[in-house]
Amino acid sequence: MKALAARRHHRLAPVVLLLLALLATGGLYALLAPSPASADSASTQDIETGEKLFQANCATCHGPSATGTDDVPSLVGVGAAAVDFQVSSGRMPMQSNGPQAIRKPAQFDAEQTAQLAAYVASLGTGPTVPTDEQVDPALGDPATGAAVFRTNCAMCHNAVGAGGALSEGKFAPSLLEADVTDRQIYEAMQTGPQSMPVFNDANITPEEKRDVIAYIEEQRDGSAGGLSLGSLGPVSEGLWAWVVGLGLLIGAAVWIGAKSS
Amino acid sequence: MSTTERAAAGTADYLDQRTGLGKAVKEFARKTFPDHWSFLLGEVALYSFVILILSGFFLTMFFVPSMALIEHHGAPATMDGVLMSEAFSSTLHMSFDVRGGLLMRQIHHWAALLFMAAIVTHMMRVFFTGAFRKPRELNWLVGIGLLITGLGAGFTGYSLPDDVLSGNGLRITDGVIKSIPIIGSYMSYFVFGGEFPGEDIIPRLFTLHILVVPAIILAMIGLHLMMVVLHKHTQYPGGGRTDKNVVGFPLFPVYVAKAGGFFFVVFGVLALMGGTMAINNVWNYGPYDPSPVSAGAQPDWYMLFLEGSLRLMPGVTEYMIGDYTLSLNVLVPAVIIPGILFTFLIVYPFVEARVTKDKREHHVLDRPRNVPVRTGLGVAFLTAFIILALAGSNDLIATHFSLSINEITWVFRILLFVGPWFAFWVTKRICLGLQRKDRELVLHGHETGRIVRFANGEYIEVHRPLDEQERWLRVAYDAPTPLELEPQTDARGVPRKGYKKERRWARLSRFFYEDRIEPVTPSELAAAHAHGSHDELEGAKAPELHAGDTTHEGDR
Ligand code: HEC
Ligand code: HEM
Repeated sequence: MKALAARRHHRLAPVVLLLLALLATGGLYALLAPSPASADSASTQDIETGEKLFQANCATCHGPSATGTDDVPSLVGVGAAAVDFQVSSGRMPMQSNGPQAIRKPAQFDAEQTAQLAAYVASLGTGPTVPTDEQVDPALGDPATGAAVFRTNCAMCHNAVGAGGALSEGKFAPSLLEADVTDRQIYEAMQTGPQSMPVFNDANITPEEKRDVIAYIEEQRDGSAGGLSLGSLGPVSEGLWAWVVGLGLLIGAAVWIGAKSS
Repeated sequence: MSTTERAAAGTADYLDQRTGLGKAVKEFARKTFPDHWSFLLGEVALYSFVILILSGFFLTMFFVPSMALIEHHGAPATMDGVLMSEAFSSTLHMSFDVRGGLLMRQIHHWAALLFMAAIVTHMMRVFFTGAFRKPRELNWLVGIGLLITGLGAGFTGYSLPDDVLSGNGLRITDGVIKSIPIIGSYMSYFVFGGEFPGEDIIPRLFTLHILVVPAIILAMIGLHLMMVVLHKHTQYPGGGRTDKNVVGFPLFPVYVAKAGGFFFVVFGVLALMGGTMAINNVWNYGPYDPSPVSAGAQPDWYMLFLEGSLRLMPGVTEYMIGDYTLSLNVLVPAVIIPGILFTFLIVYPFVEARVTKDKREHHVLDRPRNVPVRTGLGVAFLTAFIILALAGSNDLIATHFSLSINEITWVFRILLFVGPWFAFWVTKRICLGLQRKDRELVLHGHETGRIVRFANGEYIEVHRPLDEQERWLRVAYDAPTPLELEPQTDARGVPRKGYKKERRWARLSRFFYEDRIEPVTPSELAAAHAHGSHDELEGAKAPELHAGDTTHEGDR
């Protein structure tokens, strides 16, 4: 890790990395195109199984040909990444009619999710599911990630990704929970689920997306200063100052006062 | 006598012969201090201020108050190679590379939060017990001076690390300054040395924070404590305690030991908090840059009520008059609302004295229930303060309780107007109820639950009369009557000057004292006893009235 980090600081390192990344992307593209989901899953059989799953679980809302209705978006062209994000995070199939679809335990296993994704991807091209390398925090730079996060994400998700409120009961969820996977973070930027805007590769490059993942992973390691108190900022700090600080001291004062009479 | 003792005695003697210190120390050591936990709240404020100075001194050794742009190298990984001001970089350096630096920073910040919390609770104690009455009105004003400079200390310190969060705070400050009609924009350029944020504000705030504000606070604390010694401390009502004496411990050794020990308790709690609970981890927010604002951007708790009033104010109240903008949407929440709060605090002791026609000295505190309107007003203002602070946290309330932020905001807008009235009304009712219960108790004694049947078939419940201490507590208070208004015209039918003004005061006085419960008089007590004498089956012998065995009684 140390050696890797040291080499990363070489002046030419970004260029080499970029070349490698380009090569890898090109090679992968040649290998996988037009299959959008993971490596070998794009067989017609997968698409067919995916369609069956779709008709059984999703068509009631998204329509039999996934073209959507007035209230439910069309899935033509949303891509495998959107399906992978929504289904693996349990948001789809949607259940309650709240202000927004919320995270639940996933209802489908990895294979079924890939089949659903393959089916939706077959309806129109869209963002593909990122590779493991694209989302590997060890390859990202947390400092760049922090800067990207600050300007693009923090206004909704809070400075370290602890989550925040949006209008009318909607909210930007916390990114610090362990069940938010690196892949989902990438896909969320790519597809802009619910109220979140899309950050396409021109907005935030794939490398920067990986840097953001590295930043978020860094935050999960906890705080240098001790208990993070939810990383919610001055309001929770103030609450703790009253409860723990003044609480303990009033306790002590009562004890000292009680010794008098 | 050992050598050290001899040396000590020698020094003391030397000093005494030249300064007369001995007499002063002896005098001072015998000063009596009443004891109650709520009298220690002021000490919590004092001690956290001492700790603020000690830890702050350490921080100045490493902090660089400069907005010059540099590239930061080193920990944390999320800030390595990032362009930032020297102020921010030195804060990171102090947190990650200086041994004990982060601990000191965290102790300093927790101490600041605790300082303000202690000041506010101390002030609540003084308010609700009526400790601000003559002769302590001036000390109350010094206290308010301390409260305001305390806010100033917090504000100037909070902005120093030059991170995004504190920069957002400065941005709001800039907006508030600019909202002042006519001079606003000039003031803003004056304060920031050019257009916001400029390069001057951090060095300027630094000088205020480490020199000017602490010096003012220190001077005012000196004045404050001098007056406490001068007036001698108040005491809670109880048997043997009057406006003429002080019942408590001599300052030396008992009170000094207690107070000195308590300093270490405060220090211990703050060290524990600084060591285990993260506070203001500025590297999470990043170096200041005017464009980003993160969700959950709030000021420290003592400024939260201002944040809340800004969040509640509808934005449409901004008007254009010719080429000028009148920003009522900022002026009202950021200037008028705190103005109302501080005006109330400043004038209250004088208004109360006026409507009570009270010119006596008071050294025995009020039980809050015995002054229902004062207690009600205090609770009403607290309620407004809390509603505003909650409104300043509306986003966190929305996410943590799955509510709609828009609805919460509307609820708080309504609550801000309804809540304080309701709180006043309920508190006043509760106080009057408690007073009635006290009357009941004094007249009829404690219920014992023992039912006795007499030979003639009559049933009664045995009541145990109160002992002298209990009774004293419940009857020794004043229930002032509303001011009498002299007729509009004098004896010769000539209209009196100042009648209108008097009428206004009389009306206010009626608001204060119209509803009141009179304390039980001795004759009422005697009558009740004559009537219920057969209640006293077991003659509870009243104890001798004294101030307690271990305590010490001094003169005013
Ligand atoms: C109860 C109705 C319902 C069901 C069932 C449902 N969805 Fe959805 N789906 C929605 C709605 C409504 C949205 C829009 C959500 C939003 O924007 O908050 C949506 C959004 C999506 C999106 C995101 C579209 C985009 O523009 O990025 C995907 C992908 C998706 N659904 C896939 C599925 C899949 C796959 C299933 C079946 C496993 C499914 N949905 C089942 C109602 C439903
Ligand atoms: C830096 C802030 C402050 C410090 C360090 C401080 C300290 C103290 C101390 C140590 C005492 C004596 C013990 C006690 O009664 O608690 C005291 C008494 C008093 N304080 Fe403060 N105080 C501060 C702020 C305030 C404020 C904000 C007010 C009200 C506006 C206030 C009003 C008073 C009054 C009236 C007394 C006399 C109380 C009595 O004799 O019963 N003080 N203060």
